[in-house]
Amino acid sequence: MSTVTTRADATVVRPWQQLVVIWALLLTAPFWLPLVGGYTAVAARVLVMALAAMGLNLLLGYTGVLSFGHAAYFGLGAYGAGLTLKYVAHSTPLAIVAGTLLGGIAGMLFGLLLVRRRGVYFAMVTIAFGQVCFYIAYKWDDFTGGYDGLRGFVRAPLDFGLFTIDITNNGMLFYYFVVVVFGLAVGLQALILRSPFGRTMLAIRENERRARFLGLPVEKHIWISFSISCFFTALAGTLYALLNNFADPLGLNYIMSGNIVMIAVMGGMRTFWGPLVGAVLFVLLQDYVSSMTTNWMSFVGLVFVLVVLFFPRGLMGVLQRKPSA
Amino acid sequence: MSRNGVGPMVRRRRILKVGAGIGALQFTAPFIIQARGEQPVKIGFIDPITGSLSALAVSEVEGAKWTVEQMNKKGGILGRPVELLVEDSANDTGTGVQKAHKLIERDKVDVIMGDVNSGIAYAIMGVTSEKKVLHIVPGGHTDPITGKDCKWNTFRTCNTTAMDAAAVTGELVKKFGKKWFFITPDYAYGKTLQENFVKNLKKAGGTYEGDMLPIANTDFSATLIKAKAYKPDVLLNNMGGAAQLNCMKQFVQFGMAKEMALGGALYEIETLRSVPKEALTGWWVMEWWWNQPNVPAVKQFVDAISPALGGKKPSARHWFSYVSINAVRLAAEKAKSLEAVKMAHALSDLELPPEIALSPNKIRYRGGDHQLMSDLFVGQVQPAGPGGPDDLFKVESVVPGEQAAGSAEATGCKISWPA
Amino acid sequence: MLQLVLFNLTNGLIVGAFYVLMALGLSMIINLSNVVNFAHGNFLAIGGYIAFVLTPFIGFWGALLVSPLLTAIMGYVIEKLIIRHVYTRNHIYSLLLTFGLSFILQDVCRYIWGPSPLPLNIPADMSAAVTPDLFFITWYRVFMVAVVIVAVAGLFAFLRYTRVGMRIRAGTLDLDTVSALGVNVSALRSYNFAVGSFLAGLAGVLAAGQLGLNPNMGDDLIMPSFIAVIVGGVGSLTGTLLGGLLIGVASALTTVFYPSAADAVIYVIMALVLLIRPRGLLGEEGMLQ
Repeated sequence: MSTVTTRADATVVRPWQQLVVIWALLLTAPFWLPLVGGYTAVAARVLVMALAAMGLNLLLGYTGVLSFGHAAYFGLGAYGAGLTLKYVAHSTPLAIVAGTLLGGIAGMLFGLLLVRRRGVYFAMVTIAFGQVCFYIAYKWDDFTGGYDGLRGFVRAPLDFGLFTIDITNNGMLFYYFVVVVFGLAVGLQALILRSPFGRTMLAIRENERRARFLGLPVEKHIWISFSISCFFTALAGTLYALLNNFADPLGLNYIMSGNIVMIAVMGGMRTFWGPLVGAVLFVLLQDYVSSMTTNWMSFVGLVFVLVVLFFPRGLMGVLQRKPSA
Repeated sequence: MSRNGVGPMVRRRRILKVGAGIGALQFTAPFIIQARGEQPVKIGFIDPITGSLSALAVSEVEGAKWTVEQMNKKGGILGRPVELLVEDSANDTGTGVQKAHKLIERDKVDVIMGDVNSGIAYAIMGVTSEKKVLHIVPGGHTDPITGKDCKWNTFRTCNTTAMDAAAVTGELVKKFGKKWFFITPDYAYGKTLQENFVKNLKKAGGTYEGDMLPIANTDFSATLIKAKAYKPDVLLNNMGGAAQLNCMKQFVQFGMAKEMALGGALYEIETLRSVPKEALTGWWVMEWWWNQPNVPAVKQFVDAISPALGGKKPSARHWFSYVSINAVRLAAEKAKSLEAVKMAHALSDLELPPEIALSPNKIRYRGGDHQLMSDLFVGQVQPAGPGGPDDLFKVESVVPGEQAAGSAEATGCKISWPA
Repeated sequence: MLQLVLFNLTNGLIVGAFYVLMALGLSMIINLSNVVNFAHGNFLAIGGYIAFVLTPFIGFWGALLVSPLLTAIMGYVIEKLIIRHVYTRNHIYSLLLTFGLSFILQDVCRYIWGPSPLPLNIPADMSAAVTPDLFFITWYRVFMVAVVIVAVAGLFAFLRYTRVGMRIRAGTLDLDTVSALGVNVSALRSYNFAVGSFLAGLAGVLAAGQLGLNPNMGDDLIMPSFIAVIVGGVGSLTGTLLGGLLIGVASALTTVFYPSAADAVIYVIMALVLLIRPRGLLGEEGMLQ
């Protein structure tokens, strides 16, 4: 147990240099990205996908439970935000709160039905629930826009009473807005992981049977962990809707779920920052390869296969295993 | 492959021939462009090259590449070479929007084109109107793009569903009767299409029944059983792609062709090519057709482009791209500028010359809603005729776009220009 | 009305039979290897495309026999080369692996055969209706059902009476014991995967004859099969059989009353089954949980 917790502590706290580097890069992204052939919108997308994958990783990397249906909560977050902006009020913060609640609460409810399942069956049922949400969005034409997606909303300027920040028509301001939300969310995640509850999650991951014998209510903890994870992923979904000014049913599809899982694994699912690294790799790979060749699906598929076969610990996992690093 | 700058490639070849002596210095095309001070005109094209609409998207991209290549041989746009940047939207809205940002912010394109998927075309409209970039939708059909959600910077080349429905309704009523049964895909496109049909049918005093089916439906027996019991004069197959094909196939297999006529709005030759011979039947609309004996320019176009398509005849999708890119050129030349607002003003109500229009009547992007008033070719699908394997359609009548579309005001479009 | 319902009931069984064929292959692989094969739909597409290539040379009947065998060999090779490496690892890896594989296979189909749909020619008399009254039942559909019945009977006989089949069944129930008894579990899984791929290939040829071919054809068919497995209960092939028929019939009957929900109804059924009987209709408690 003790070795486990110190390793977790190490990934969260020890490398403060890591923190400095990450935040310096994120905060200056709009300035150096164009120099290396990037653009601000892709940086925002990286952060959104990273946040979705970090949410999933609370479950996957830190509790050891596999969900292959997180696109559902991601997509519900997006629809929640979009529907709020479209039908309720022209307010970005409200949209974010509503979307996060919608996705998170759906996750809590599904979680109740899921917690007794394990392994591949757990994964299958998460896919199945994801597809149910997909179908609701897809079918409920009048309300969700159906196959064509939900349109007719735009993100609203942030109103702070004394002044407003117009993120509507300014990609860079919107990027910084995403950075702020991302920062708050990962800060909260770090706190959760360092709390006693976070330690319990690790205990369940390392040895579920032992945790049970120690008298821990394993099911309850998995459920809480699943729910928290869904809230974070839904939050990422709301940002995705704001980024695109659009929500579409494919955001709920199992293929999106697969991408989110891949991001976590590619970066290193047992490390805190792994999913961010994974998101950088994944989004850039998809973005650039799909511009260069129509056969980008083969490349992405091949990367999936190679990562699974040869780098199952992900990039951060490989880096951190080296004793000198 | 998909995203090669066709322009610089063509030019590079020419320059290498001319200046072999200094060839050693010319590592890359961009170097040459800068050295000669010709900034290419960049057209960004977003289309679902992978996913269920890929057959249509690939045709559009083929058409666009060929058009750009030809255009560069003739001096490009405003004397500058044209560069085509193709991006795959993968039939996913998020990806499509991201690619629009990429093309505009990073590649600084002058014009955006796309997408076959109307939903994605819509989402991209959000980006192009925010960034004030001219946007041409070659082949996304949902009505509001040039209707109630129209934008000053968006022009559409393909028809609206309202145009398709209006064009074919008269012919079907006249020939077969007024009792119809609809098989319609259950999403925005299908619903608007059926509404438009019903509107026209009611005007003619007809009656109808119908089923809304899932978009990728494969088995139509249940609905065909219902249709048979209703005994309609015409069965309207509004499905698209593989679903349209399978519906048609099952209709013929079930022997229903003897009892009622088959018809529908749109048929794409890309789909038609894989319909089994015995199922090639019914009345449809082609948005453009390669065989127009009375329009000489069409034959020239077909003969010129066919070799680039492996001997196949160009489809309406190839023509959409051809018209769209030429429209950009015409607009730029008329406006003498690549500024979006000026080009958009120039393109409004600009009549396309015959070698671009390739249609019996005069056509233009209507100023009131930015919809191309193209001719609609109503006719019958047939097993390959004397004109070769692509002679799969017999044009019975040509309906002028304006007549099918009704007035611009009626579409609900109100264009507001930037101050 | 009653006639309409009866018609659709028959029709649903026909459609269901097809789901069964596809779902059984998926189910076998899940049961013995704990791998959800996302690429199963792509195996189906490849089976269809192989038949498309072979038909001009050996005719539809020849292709119907040879194509599933080739698909099985392909499945065997892929299992040996790639998939077997992840059996001992966390399930996440097998899911990602087959997920990536499905991307590659779909792209390969598009690359080789192009994005446009292609027809698979079937013997002409088979597309005619059986009788004028039962106009919606073509000989091809009768034939499809017959093939499914033969294949399912063959599969169950194989599992019951052959040595490999018995080991597969035993392995599904308790792999550790089977392994301890000296059975080469690795080889067993390869055979099992090949049999599953065979069924996908067979389903692919049948589907192509009815619906034609396109690179995405597997995508539309994988989810119904997946749901048939969950509804029937993981671990039980009889359950999968029942699940496939159930969703086929349910979606056909829905078409009578509320056609646009014909595809959504299978998700409703699955949600209900998961709520009321989480292990699936015939799934055994404790299995894979």
